[in-house]
Amino acid sequence: MAKNFSEMTWKEFDLAFMVTNPGCSAEYRTGDWRSQRPVADKSKCIKCGVCYLSCPDDAIRLAADGTYDFDYEHCKGCGICATECWTGCISMVEEEK
Amino acid sequence: MAKKIGIEVSLAISEAVKLADVDAIAAYPITPQTHIVEHLSELVADGELNAEFIPVESEHSAMSVCAGTSAAGARTYTATSSQGLALMNEILFIIPALRLPVVMTLANRSMSGPISIWNDHSDLMSVRDTGWISIFAENGQEAFDLTLQSFKIAEDHRVMLPINVNIDGFTLSHVIEPHEFLSQEEVDSFLPPYDPPLQLNPDKPVSMGMVGIPEIYFEAKKAQDVALVESKAVIKEIFQEFGEKFGRTYNVIESYRTEDAETLLLTMGSISETAMEAIDMMKDEQGKKVGLLRLRLWRPFPTDELRELVKGIKTLAVIDRAVSFGGTGAPVGGEIRSALYSTEDRPYVASFIAGLGGRDVTIKDFMDMVTLAEKMETEQEVHEYKMIGVRE
Repeated sequence: MAKNFSEMTWKEFDLAFMVTNPGCSAEYRTGDWRSQRPVADKSKCIKCGVCYLSCPDDAIRLAADGTYDFDYEHCKGCGICATECWTGCISMVEEEK
Repeated sequence: MAKKIGIEVSLAISEAVKLADVDAIAAYPITPQTHIVEHLSELVADGELNAEFIPVESEHSAMSVCAGTSAAGARTYTATSSQGLALMNEILFIIPALRLPVVMTLANRSMSGPISIWNDHSDLMSVRDTGWISIFAENGQEAFDLTLQSFKIAEDHRVMLPINVNIDGFTLSHVIEPHEFLSQEEVDSFLPPYDPPLQLNPDKPVSMGMVGIPEIYFEAKKAQDVALVESKAVIKEIFQEFGEKFGRTYNVIESYRTEDAETLLLTMGSISETAMEAIDMMKDEQGKKVGLLRLRLWRPFPTDELRELVKGIKTLAVIDRAVSFGGTGAPVGGEIRSALYSTEDRPYVASFIAGLGGRDVTIKDFMDMVTLAEKMETEQEVHEYKMIGVRE
């Protein structure tokens, strides 16, 4: 990302404010309005990947040991992973101010 | 000069759209616009026009399809009237925001209710602030010529905005007039194929219609407004080029016998033809110092040109064909007062509303409006607007 949107003048955007570099949403922190965060008890994780597959925002990452980590910069706290997890290892925890 | 052909104005517009070799048409029939798209569907069915004609279940869908085809890089056309335009409303805002050069004929018809299929300008005025370029034709030849020019204006990379070409419903749409057509070769020499600067294309993907968070939305609207304002220079350039090529020159405001005039009428659309008759009679038979301005470009509003044309004029009588209910002026009259307010030696602006819902505006009406406007000027009458021709 060359420049943050909030620093750009109206002259600096592409025609009709189209996004011309695909995938650029990863560059923006969009998880900061989450009210609950998913937390995993990895001792119960069976590495099935259901949380990874069910995340609508691609905010779950494969870790080196085959378990999964949460990308809290993009996770919106929807809770789908916690609902879908086969072993119930993911719980939703209140965000603290 | 080419031979003149007697044909219904709606069909002449269809022929212009065919000559423009559009790729996609999405439309829903509504009186008095129906003949235009009906004829286009025939041209497509008969293989005379190689385009997708997409029949839809409503005008909301028609304009939505137009957004899609135009975004995919297709030269796109539609037409509607009145309630149909109202049903398109949501998408009408999207098209210019996405900078899609859709061309639409608007066969102007009164908004209901009471239900009226007849002509005034209340439909266009209801979508005034959607961000489209709005052009008025006052006869069939102008409708034909302006349709062709609109594709070139809309698709110019300096513009990239949609255009509605306004023709008065029935008064033009259903009337047979002599038209001088252009040949396919002539049109091709004037109108190049559409070359979208950005489009939906898997080879170079883009995202259109993104969320405008508060940090972006304001800038988006500023850019859109500047694009519309700056399109005026391109419109004038293309009007000029068309005139040089084909001998019919258009201006953003047309003047008719304004020399020595102290009072000017200002009109939009087909009533201008009657107004010209009235001006001729007042000038030639009564020796009155009158003239006529015909507003061709409604958006972007030709403010500078207006200020120049009314220099030295004592009284300007503006005739609207729509009401801004409870407002401080009729749509055009109020706009013109606003455009002139900060200028020195501005004329007195009398704002009249006439010809609502297909009510005829006669030569006598124009003469009466000149007399009344001059009296109001003498008395410096403070007013918002007056309705002319309504039974009191």
